[in-house]
Amino acid sequence: MGGLQKKKYERGSATNYITRNKARKKLQLSLADFRRLCILKGIYPHEPKHKKKVNKGSTAPRTFYLLKDIRFLLHEPIVRKFREYKVFVRKLRKAYGKAEWTAVERLRDNKPGYKLDHIIKERYPTFIDALRDIDDALSMCFLFSTFARTGKCHVQTITLCRRLTVEWMNYVVTSRSLRKVFISIKGIYYQAEVLGQLITWLVPYQFAHDHPTDVDYRVMATFTEMYTTLFGFINFRLYQTLNLVYPPKLDSKAESELKAEHEEDYAMDSESYLEKLSALSASLARVVATAEEEEENQLDQFPADGEDLENMEAREKEQKEQEAQNRLFEGLKFFLNREVPRESLAFILRCFGAEVSWDKSLCIGGTYNVTDETITHQIVDRPDIDKQYINRYYIQPQWVFDSVNAKMRLPVEDYFLGVTLPPHLSPFVEEKDGDYVPPEKLKLMALQRGEKHVQEEEEDDDDDDDDEEYNDEVDDEDLTEEKNLKKMEDQRSQGKQTLAVKVTPGKVKPWETGSVGNKVRLEKEEKAEEKRLAIMMMKKKEKYLYDKIMFGKKRTTREANKLAAKRKAHEDTSKAEKKQKKAKKQ
Amino acid sequence: PLFIPLAQSDMKDYKHLDIRNTVGNVPMEWYQDYPHIGYNLDGKKIFKPIRNKDELDEFLDKMENPDYWRTVHDKTTASDIRLTDEQVDLVHRLQKGQFGDVNFNEYEPSVDFFTNEVMIHPVTNRPQDKRSFIPSLIEKEKVSKLVHAIKMGWIKPRKPKETTPQYYDLWAKEDPNAILGRHKMHVPAPKMRLPGHEESYNPPPEYLLTEEERLVWEQQDAEDRKLPFLPQKHSCLRAVPAFSRFIHERFERCLDLYLCPRQRKMRVNVNPEDLIPKLPKPKDLQPFPTTMSLVYRGHTSLVRSISASPTGQWLVSGSDDFTVRFWEVNTGRCMKTLEVGGAVKSVAWNPNPAVCLVAVCFERTVLLLNPSLGDRLVVSSTDQLITAYEPPEEDKEQAVTWALSEGLEHNMGHRLTLTHPKAVKQVVWHGKGDYLSSVMPDNSSNLQVLIHQVSKRRTQNPFRKNKGLVQCVSFHPLRPYFFVATQRYVRVYNLIKQELTKKLMTNCKWISSMAIHPGGDNLICGSYDCRLAWFDLDLSTKPYKMLRHHKKALRGVAYHRNYPLFASGADDGSVIVCHGMVYNDLLQNPLIVPVKVLKGHQITHDLGVLDVTFHPTQPWVFSSGADTTIRLFT
Repeated sequence: MGGLQKKKYERGSATNYITRNKARKKLQLSLADFRRLCILKGIYPHEPKHKKKVNKGSTAPRTFYLLKDIRFLLHEPIVRKFREYKVFVRKLRKAYGKAEWTAVERLRDNKPGYKLDHIIKERYPTFIDALRDIDDALSMCFLFSTFARTGKCHVQTITLCRRLTVEWMNYVVTSRSLRKVFISIKGIYYQAEVLGQLITWLVPYQFAHDHPTDVDYRVMATFTEMYTTLFGFINFRLYQTLNLVYPPKLDSKAESELKAEHEEDYAMDSESYLEKLSALSASLARVVATAEEEEENQLDQFPADGEDLENMEAREKEQKEQEAQNRLFEGLKFFLNREVPRESLAFILRCFGAEVSWDKSLCIGGTYNVTDETITHQIVDRPDIDKQYINRYYIQPQWVFDSVNAKMRLPVEDYFLGVTLPPHLSPFVEEKDGDYVPPEKLKLMALQRGEKHVQEEEEDDDDDDDDEEYNDEVDDEDLTEEKNLKKMEDQRSQGKQTLAVKVTPGKVKPWETGSVGNKVRLEKEEKAEEKRLAIMMMKKKEKYLYDKIMFGKKRTTREANKLAAKRKAHEDTSKAEKKQKKAKKQ
Repeated sequence: PLFIPLAQSDMKDYKHLDIRNTVGNVPMEWYQDYPHIGYNLDGKKIFKPIRNKDELDEFLDKMENPDYWRTVHDKTTASDIRLTDEQVDLVHRLQKGQFGDVNFNEYEPSVDFFTNEVMIHPVTNRPQDKRSFIPSLIEKEKVSKLVHAIKMGWIKPRKPKETTPQYYDLWAKEDPNAILGRHKMHVPAPKMRLPGHEESYNPPPEYLLTEEERLVWEQQDAEDRKLPFLPQKHSCLRAVPAFSRFIHERFERCLDLYLCPRQRKMRVNVNPEDLIPKLPKPKDLQPFPTTMSLVYRGHTSLVRSISASPTGQWLVSGSDDFTVRFWEVNTGRCMKTLEVGGAVKSVAWNPNPAVCLVAVCFERTVLLLNPSLGDRLVVSSTDQLITAYEPPEEDKEQAVTWALSEGLEHNMGHRLTLTHPKAVKQVVWHGKGDYLSSVMPDNSSNLQVLIHQVSKRRTQNPFRKNKGLVQCVSFHPLRPYFFVATQRYVRVYNLIKQELTKKLMTNCKWISSMAIHPGGDNLICGSYDCRLAWFDLDLSTKPYKMLRHHKKALRGVAYHRNYPLFASGADDGSVIVCHGMVYNDLLQNPLIVPVKVLKGHQITHDLGVLDVTFHPTQPWVFSSGADTTIRLFT
């Protein structure tokens, strides 16, 4: 036998992991620098399978990193820059202390800086990889761009974020890739499809932030540093794919148009160009001069692509739908009142081909006035307006959002001035079997299918008291979950058929009509019992899994039922109120 | 202290008031304890005012005195001085940053004393210093230091600033295959969850929380909440406020990204229907009992044990009300009721159809009864069999006393009485009907199981050692094997060789009952921990199958003699009948399919079904319960 006794924790999983403190010591970095490095390089801790083994027998809570990851960090050139920066800060402090101002100046001149280009390239080897991961970058940049330029972070970061987000919005407008929008209580969600990738981001409402004290802004700033670099490169590449000039320039024609008389009053020279870009009302300059023609060409190219993939009809259809959606607001002329969120609405409307303008005093870049007779829609968010023009619709902003999500221009009547708005539904919810579908969504789906009568019928019902019962029935049907309308109708017709065959007047339900129904019920019961007995014979493991699945299913139905019941209760009360009102009127 | 120089004219007016303190610039606290606060120009004491103004006086003064605003307090004389108009003017001017003197002209034309023009006559005629002609030594030293540093390469020329643009086409030469080794292990961060309807600024009414839900939400911890926010409804977009936790949420996402361990979780994506095993349909496995057809009522306490006669015409039951009842199976009629002197623990009908004997055990007694039911011939032959006994010549000491009943007891049906040293729990017959075994559970002695031979009135104690508390025993239906179930194990003994042949591990905590397949190769064990273990004796000493069909402790199990059926009764009041097909082919495992759950017994005192037994010829099952009834399921 012989040989040395093998020591514990020198082989196996204990050697694959390293605690955070050890990793930090190995890298010779402070905790803050280590954090920064992990953020920039995208290194995250790992949870070992057997924590006690890795922790050398101890059960103390520790964060573990993969040793390979830390070795990978050792070769990072940025680590050296971090150390240099530390030395720089030390020297600078010393020079300040000794009041050696020339030394201070010299040190500042030679301030060590670092670039993140290689890290971005390393983390995202291909462009698509980068694009896939841009959601967080977008949300973060949009948040930072709304920060006040005081204190919380560098002004340069804020301006850079603003610039990048404006560039992004301009790209989305030009490529017309916006797909879904949603007004939530947190902010406005947008979803765009860029080069086949679905990208979702959240923009906060334009209010001053109440900066919380329990948030570490250094961590956020490090993320933003990484995100801005990534975002800039992505913007560059995206602009290149559309043959646009980067950094974006306004079309020469548009630029001359936008040359306002009192531009200087509005913003400083250094900022006015960005402001003009962020107005989103003008098209961008292209590398090739003939901008408009090219755009048309590009639009023509889409069907050509479809022809290449002839067998994929579904895809083609989808593409057509997509194109229709892209031209949703084409030919419409909008005017934004001053109380609506200008930027988001201008962005959305421009994405779908509408013309937008606003009051001159609101923002730079408005192209026409309220008095313009050709305006088709004016977006207003106040209960009433003094002077109204006859030849335009005065609508609330939710119409735009709902129309985009429905991929069609919804009837404007529900969104007129002062009207109680219909609920705003999330376009991101895809109902599966058994989920609760709000009745508004069903209505919308019917509308999309082209069944316009549904809504009219409902309205009629509301008016007629005689039809109340029937109306109730309809409502009940709407509310029964797990079955959509179509199934219901099938069932109904089936019921009618059995009735016709049996000729037993007075009895409606097929179960109770005699031996046939009994047989059916017996059969059902038998089947249920069979299943119950079979479940008894399941293996323990499978039984556990089965119970878990069934529990989940039951929970979803329970939740759906709860929502449906709530809706029913709400509708009942509102109906009662309506009746009362009617009675009072009479 | 504010010192205001008084104009000459004022001096006259205030001559009589001119009380200037001569103590100088000393802290006035020094005079705190004196009635005076200094001396005037004449060297007389200046006395403090008699009463100091308190806050109330001050306030009243402030309210009533129109000159309050221009009154200042002079600490040195402890008197209030009303400022004159000129003085107020002066204060105003000083406050504005103007000169105190009204007549001062700050814009007087300047006199250019030293002109910028070079005059022929210098202002001073001092000759220049010598040091302005010779090179500076200090500077030379400094320069030479720098030159040396440059020569040594310590000072380097400034690096040119980088000129590459901030952003360029980073992925110009991208290679989709160039993925670093690290990225193989890399788990991309999951995307943020997309918002649902409840997050809308104007959600459908059903998504809003009711008052109670809202209270519950507020009382919950932040981690327990299903929704991290309260759904709200706003009538218009203009009314939507900023979301107060926006930065928090963004920050939490950042933390998740760099502090959260990531793991790939495999989601089981199975159809739950596929998990259910495919079993033959119960319909195809008929016959088996499906419905409750008869209830035998009569007992007044729980019925511990039942047993059917070998012909299937009669049923005997023993109960805690100290009676044994005999029933006719087909009619449910109670043929006979026998009072015995204790709660009946177990009854067993002799399986030999040529003998009409029933063993009943209560307390320390095992009673052999002749119920006088059925064929007269059989009844009389049984009596003959018992009376034909001839006592052996040498009387051996036995553990049990055998006593023949006579007189009234004989008329009641008692034939033999076996008085045991301890309380008897169970009696079982051997298949031939001559041997009988009784169980006296006792943890501390080896006298737990006795085997009696009726024809010779002989008793044997087969075991020399105590192997644990015996729960129940059973004879092998064909071969001379004897099964003894202790708390956790079932031991199989060969009675001829007198040795242990097998020890079955039941994996149960406490065995309650046991039954042996009529073929003799299979065995089922019911246990108080809700399990039923099926052993294939040829296969292994571990259970072939564990069935957890019941929700509560099993009390009785039984096999059918002819049909491939077995049943188990439990405290949850149900009897579960299973199809248990045993094949002659040794390679084929037994097929076990539950076919029916029979319910009918009420649960009383947490006890449900206490015993089950099958009809010897028909696919019927009897069950006795704690609700004093016996039920027949057909």
